[in-house]
Amino acid sequence: MKPVLSVRGLDKRFGAVVAADALTLDIPVGQKVSLIGANGAGKTTFVNMVTGYLAPDKGSIALDGLDIGGRSPRNVAKLGISRSFQIPQLFIELTAAENLTVAISGAGTRALSFQSPAGAQERHDKAVELLRRFGLADLADRPISELAGGVRKLIDISMALVRRPKLLLLDEPTSGVSAEEKFATMDRVIHAVAPDASTVVFVEHDMEIVNRYADRVVAFYQGRILADGEPAHVLKDKEVRRYVTGGTQ
Amino acid sequence: MNKGMHPLVMIGLVGAVTLFGRLLPTWTLSLATIAAANALISLGIVVLARTGNISFGQGLFYAAGGYGVALIANGWGLTDAVAQVIIGAVCGGVLGLVIGPLIARYSGIFFGMLTLALSMVFYGALVKSTALGGSDGFNVGRPTLFGIGFSDPREADFMLYAVSVITTGLAGIAATILFRSEFGLASLAVRENNLRVEYLGLSANRIISLNFVIAAIFAGASGAFALMAQRHIDPQFAYWTTSGEFVFVAVLAGNQSVAAVFVASMALELVRSFSNLYLPNTWQLVLGVFLLGVILFLPRGIGSLWVRDRRRKSTPATASEGTTKKEVVL
Repeated sequence: MKPVLSVRGLDKRFGAVVAADALTLDIPVGQKVSLIGANGAGKTTFVNMVTGYLAPDKGSIALDGLDIGGRSPRNVAKLGISRSFQIPQLFIELTAAENLTVAISGAGTRALSFQSPAGAQERHDKAVELLRRFGLADLADRPISELAGGVRKLIDISMALVRRPKLLLLDEPTSGVSAEEKFATMDRVIHAVAPDASTVVFVEHDMEIVNRYADRVVAFYQGRILADGEPAHVLKDKEVRRYVTGGTQ
Repeated sequence: MNKGMHPLVMIGLVGAVTLFGRLLPTWTLSLATIAAANALISLGIVVLARTGNISFGQGLFYAAGGYGVALIANGWGLTDAVAQVIIGAVCGGVLGLVIGPLIARYSGIFFGMLTLALSMVFYGALVKSTALGGSDGFNVGRPTLFGIGFSDPREADFMLYAVSVITTGLAGIAATILFRSEFGLASLAVRENNLRVEYLGLSANRIISLNFVIAAIFAGASGAFALMAQRHIDPQFAYWTTSGEFVFVAVLAGNQSVAAVFVASMALELVRSFSNLYLPNTWQLVLGVFLLGVILFLPRGIGSLWVRDRRRKSTPATASEGTTKKEVVL
């Protein structure tokens, strides 16, 4: 299957710390890939390099065959990669709908209007529609500062969806969500992103979530890929159990 | 989203305030002219502050507008008040276009200090420039309006009052439309989280630069008004205390209401005039106490008196509002 993302020989060091060591990875269209690994294994560094926040020391990153290495997050977003964050990156003083409205404006093809009201009906309706997918339509007019962490996380994801990305990267979508609610939250996320993003990469620490929702698992350890394959195989891998999951599977 | 007042109603209000000048005593007219001119530049600071950046050097554009108009008035004999305002705005705007993109990559205290440094460099150059009158500056003639000269001081004052109120009023209407616009919302987003703005495909630097240019245009036009009111210009226009005064008005006003900028500017002029009259040696102290009072009791500025804080307007999210408890407390 044709890869939407193709990474070759990606290196990244922070002083003596090796965050990425010759990472090579293809992600085909339509796959749901989970990145697992202990803290500091290089998962978020990988996401940051793919989205343009960090420039790799060496190696190439291609989206649909186009080299995107060294491009800014803005350019990478325009080319079709969106992301959500481990700690939701929202506009705290704005309402949920306004947050989505900014995302909708950013996804537009024309320059920002100086006179068209931000809350124009078309934009507002689209914002509410996206929130509705996540079950948050009733909170559209609430400032983010009033909302709980889990709700913020979902809004963060909904903003990443606005561009209908070719590749959606979710950094720990269920972190901070209670054990009883994690499956419900992930069900909602997977269901909500399906119409706009078929290829999803998510960083996850919870192996039950990984097992249930990923088509493929990539295990990171000290900046390297320790194992790559179907969840059933990767999660049973001896080295993965030793260095990543600690024998939880 | 708050729809606010319709622009046509605002135009009507500007017209009413202009006509109200006919009833005001002469000394109030000049006070209101200065207040309107100061409000214009402070409005620019508020526009810029919505991106999270404060300029401590708006005196640079204020002086650029003033000197540009003064040189053209003396060199080419252009005395029309409206033309002078336009020239002042263009001078400020062109300078803003040059500086804005360079300075937009900085933020917070670095941004503020850079603007201050640039204004002081300009001040130093003006003081040393003998061609521009050095530290003494130079004089310009009385302004006209559409070819009409005003020999009666009362009529001249009213003309200046009317032009400044109408210009500042129109700028206020434009700023109101801007604040409600797609661009205005994106500017607030830059203030909140410029990294996320970039991840959404927008350029935070471009948004800051454009707001910077708008602020510079307002400052240049304000400089033209100050020149017309004083008929004299000197390097003091670019001095840091001059810039500080405009920031003072912006802080008093807060960034929630355009009208608050005008109220704050007028309040400052009134406090300054009366404290200068009754407490000539300690008027700065009175101003300081006034600012402290506003910060203590109205931390979001004078505008918060009539613009309610959205965070207080609504009650916390509860389970009974069409969403399950699970959805709210996730």
